[in-house]
Amino acid sequence: MINKIYDWVDERLDITPLWRDIADHEVPEHVNPAHHFSAFVYCFGGLTFFITVIQILSGMFLTMYYVPDIVNAWESVYYLQNEVAFGQIVRGMHHWGASLVIVMMFLHTLRVFFQGAYKKPRELNWMVGVLIFFIMLALGLTGYLLPWDMKALFATKVTLTIMESVPLIGPALKTLVAGDPTIVGAQTLTRFFAVHVFFLPAALLGLIAAHFLMIRKQGISGPL
Amino acid sequence: MSKQNVTRRQFLNYTLTGVGGFMAAGMIMPMVRFAIDPVLKAEASGDFVATKMKVSELTGEPVRVDYSFDQKDGWYETSQTNTAWVYKTDDGKIVALSPICKHLGCTVAWNTDKENPNQFFCPCHYGRYTKDGVNVKGTPPIAPLDLYATKEKDGILYLGQLIPQ
Repeated sequence: MINKIYDWVDERLDITPLWRDIADHEVPEHVNPAHHFSAFVYCFGGLTFFITVIQILSGMFLTMYYVPDIVNAWESVYYLQNEVAFGQIVRGMHHWGASLVIVMMFLHTLRVFFQGAYKKPRELNWMVGVLIFFIMLALGLTGYLLPWDMKALFATKVTLTIMESVPLIGPALKTLVAGDPTIVGAQTLTRFFAVHVFFLPAALLGLIAAHFLMIRKQGISGPL
Repeated sequence: MSKQNVTRRQFLNYTLTGVGGFMAAGMIMPMVRFAIDPVLKAEASGDFVATKMKVSELTGEPVRVDYSFDQKDGWYETSQTNTAWVYKTDDGKIVALSPICKHLGCTVAWNTDKENPNQFFCPCHYGRYTKDGVNVKGTPPIAPLDLYATKEKDGILYLGQLIPQ
């Protein structure tokens, strides 16, 4: 049945070369843990991506209940965690995944660094990777405020104070991020929500696409 | 048409780039201005707020003065209560200090640390300030406490904008 549907589409659109290009390539022996167990270090990049997918999916579902408003944010998080079926699981996935993605990304960075895999001709991919790192940190920061509890509020106040200490543009930068020169409030929450849910994921997807395109184009670095 | 400086292809390239750029700017400009509006909005003027403190009751000992004001946070208007530590200097000047620690924003209080009397003390990381709000060297704060602008009207203390010392 599925084969027939596939053939019907393929006959008209010739989709086989499309997915072959993406998926049909051999994993070199030196990066395959089945051949050398130590090759598990090559898994961290893929694991980072895997957790990123979980973050995107669980985040999408969280927004079905979450409200980015100073009066209702905390209540909506409380409700989705305690009253909605599997709420604790879905929020837990997003909460723990946020930390885990940083860990995996860090291990991936260490592997690339210590294997020297960032060297010519792969410098550009290292730079894109560093940008992805910053985007991930920003995602962690903006997501931290959204539950709107005391910990979130004061962590954000500290971050904004740090931003304010940037020479020259500090105060303007803080106002731009917080939405108000003095208050961490309604406009800060909506801003962080918009940045967390639309702006940063869009940038992240673009950068990840570039990251993957480059690794396919250049191939994985050779054995040590 | 003696000198053909611009070819038909060039002309079309220029006009298309120009029109395209104009259209892109027309799309992006409103969005950018929308996003940076808080930065460009004029800051709230230094309105003075009346406290319940009578200036004649102030002494050389800092006292905690709470005062309420209406705060506009976007589409929310709420009544907020702020605090100041106020005292009179020997030459009669009123000093009103913000209680917000210059280290990480906790709340300082007067004379609450038994080992260091007559100082402002922050319980979070043991930051200390002398009576005039200057941070004690060797404690976490990196700057003196902010000062309130003060005003006296009908014997009542008014507090205004915060001024960094």
